[in-house]
Amino acid sequence: MTSINYSNRFDANFVRMVEEASEQRLSQCYQCGKCTAGCPCTFAYDYPVNQIMRLVQSGQKDTVLNCKAIWLCATCESCTARCPNNIDVARVIDVLRHMARREDRVAISEVKKFWDSFLKSVQTNGRLFETGVLAGYIAKTGRIFTDLDLGPRIAPKGKLSFRPHKVKGQAEIARIFERFNKGVIS
Amino acid sequence: MRIGVFVCHCGSNIEGTVDTAAVARAALGFPEVALATDAMYTCSEPGQDAIVQAIREKGLSGIVVASCSPRMHENTFRRAVERAGLNRYMFEMANIREHVSWIGKDREANTNKATELVRMAVEKLRRNTPLFSNKFDVTKRVLVIGGGVAGIQAALDCAEGGKEVVLVERESSIGGKMAKLDKTFPTVDCSSCILGPKMVDVAQHPNIKLLACTELKSVGGYVGNFQVELRKKATYVDWTKCTGCGQCMEKCPSKKSEDRFNERIGVTTAINIPFPQAIPKKAVIDPASCRHFLKGKCGVCAKVCPTGAIDYEMKEEVLTEQVGAIIAATGYDVFDISKIGEYGAGRYPDVITSLQYERLLSASGPTGGHIKRPSDGAEPKTIVFVQCVGSRDKSLGRPYCSGFCCMYTAKQAILTRDHIPDSQVFVFYMDIRAPGKLYDEFTRRAMEEYGARYIRGRVAMVYPQGSKYIVRGADTLLGTNVEIEADLVVLAAGAEAAAGAPALAEKLRISYDPYGFFVESHPKLRPVETNTAGVYLAGSCQGPKDIPSSVAQGSAAAAKVLALFSKDKLESDPQISRVDIKRCVGCGKCILTCPYGAIKKIDFRGEPKAEVVATVCQGCGICTSTCPQGAAQLAHFTDDQILAEVNALCRF
Repeated sequence: MTSINYSNRFDANFVRMVEEASEQRLSQCYQCGKCTAGCPCTFAYDYPVNQIMRLVQSGQKDTVLNCKAIWLCATCESCTARCPNNIDVARVIDVLRHMARREDRVAISEVKKFWDSFLKSVQTNGRLFETGVLAGYIAKTGRIFTDLDLGPRIAPKGKLSFRPHKVKGQAEIARIFERFNKGVIS
Repeated sequence: MRIGVFVCHCGSNIEGTVDTAAVARAALGFPEVALATDAMYTCSEPGQDAIVQAIREKGLSGIVVASCSPRMHENTFRRAVERAGLNRYMFEMANIREHVSWIGKDREANTNKATELVRMAVEKLRRNTPLFSNKFDVTKRVLVIGGGVAGIQAALDCAEGGKEVVLVERESSIGGKMAKLDKTFPTVDCSSCILGPKMVDVAQHPNIKLLACTELKSVGGYVGNFQVELRKKATYVDWTKCTGCGQCMEKCPSKKSEDRFNERIGVTTAINIPFPQAIPKKAVIDPASCRHFLKGKCGVCAKVCPTGAIDYEMKEEVLTEQVGAIIAATGYDVFDISKIGEYGAGRYPDVITSLQYERLLSASGPTGGHIKRPSDGAEPKTIVFVQCVGSRDKSLGRPYCSGFCCMYTAKQAILTRDHIPDSQVFVFYMDIRAPGKLYDEFTRRAMEEYGARYIRGRVAMVYPQGSKYIVRGADTLLGTNVEIEADLVVLAAGAEAAAGAPALAEKLRISYDPYGFFVESHPKLRPVETNTAGVYLAGSCQGPKDIPSSVAQGSAAAAKVLALFSKDKLESDPQISRVDIKRCVGCGKCILTCPYGAIKKIDFRGEPKAEVVATVCQGCGICTSTCPQGAAQLAHFTDDQILAEVNALCRF
């Protein structure tokens, strides 16, 4: 643990940005730990949820944006459902992921690559094309054998077709992505 | 009229954002103002002396003080002008602190607004007339509502002070929550051993009239002269004959009555005396489970009762009492733990409230003082206490701290280790709040001497696994989540306002906060008074309180009542309504709208007219705005006075 000098390492601007983007008041967190208590992913985290909230409250931008936990969060929203102060904790984590992504500091690049290939699939087909997502993910990460064991179980369900099913309204889908890329939705 | 205007700086509270000297200069231009000045602290002794001196030396006949809210110092200044020989109602106050300086930062705008408010006050004062109080008798009897420890203390202190007390209790015995406790913190002394003698004193005191199974129906009148209607519920047992021998309970065949005294942990007989130390020790039949009422035949209790006290035909009665003061001591309710679904209370029998656990610890409880799980009667070895259940929780609408849970949880942890030495005790807490005398030492003792294992974090969920319960919580100091296999889970349920508290407040015409707790007159300086004269508060009805604080408030409320009763006559407020009989057309609208029933219809030379009963009128002014003829006028707030203020404000 390094000691923190609050006089020069409190990033008030970061706190304000997270509050604005998440529409949550971080000062309402009184660190009871109920989010951590119910979080199913704590075992894999480098920082438990309540400590992430504390790091954001304390303006520790680098630590929080470089941490792994925000990428391992499954967005199950147990934290949000149980917070006694009605803070949407999952939304705060989501905002942190977006910020980390924009600043190009993703602690677990595989997660980002999976998301990228997922979104690429949606952009191209208007819906999820599982085989394509998998191919894209493997191509980006080189993890050839990942989830290979799932193949025999999902193939009979018709989840591994080799041709994508496109939806109607490709133009509308394209417009959504266009708006996103212009930054209307951030 | 010669008017003097004093503009107060209130230190920097007003002067910080209002140019008080400019307000005073402007006031000199207002009609009939003979003197206007600013002062640092008008309410201070030299400030008041300056007013008195100005009245005497300049021959002033009316005073305006521009300072804080009249709720703060109106009385202070009224007394000052009275000292100088003026009538106390020849005084007006302009609130330029709460209404101006505290709410705006623009000095110029604030100065203008303050000037306008002073102009209004001056215009009103020009139309003021001297008013005089009437004197009236005081009924030196007090009604205490609620027979918990706060009400008991208040009743005993009033009775010891030589005043007659009517103590009303909703349940069949006094004692309240304290009677249900096994031990009390921080001394771990037996609760019924210290409360019992006080309860007996109540029963035996010649000045106390105890009415159990009785509720307040209505309140009329005013300070010194309340008429109170009380509803005495049907107990189906003639208490003048019942000796409390308990033979009826032994023989009663219906054993499925809700056991309210034991916090519904078990069931009890349909005819019941709630606990051995009950005061009055009298039986009551619960018609919801009595076979005689359900099936029309049984009558076992009537047969076994040696004094023939059973009366199945008994009806509810309404009693009337005359009292001069009322003390509300109605206590609190325990938060309904089943509202937190993830803790499983209501579904899992071994997830209970602390008050239920208290009944398991008590020798007079359903388990005879042996800790047994409600589900299978087994002795639990691992007991998990969860604090702040229904406290400090905005998502449940309970953002306040209940104050005493940290302490009773530490006490229960200690008692658990005493009862079952090989048990493991865990306590989930957020912060330990132990700010009383010997309190923090007590919680430390639970950890250091009794080995209670305190875990800093909240619990997310409780779920059954086999015969045990998995408690999943966080240890925020370790920075991870933790699981405990528990045999029994005790939730430290917070305090909430008693059900029906708002309805009672409305009967008593006192205020209550958004949570239903009664509001005191001033949070620091008038803690047991309400804004209704003659109505006082004691104990947890005002907010969660532990036993020492409740007892202190009971005594404090009694002191207030005794001070009130030390006067033989009280002075009425002359700011009441009057009906000008020449203008009144006898339409009777004011009679319908008056919330106090203070207006009656009279016959005046064969024509119907309205007349205000001066002693009942509270001066609310509703009749004056109802009256189509302007016949009803509220003294000190007449239509002329209010219009003069409006005109002063809307000059352009």
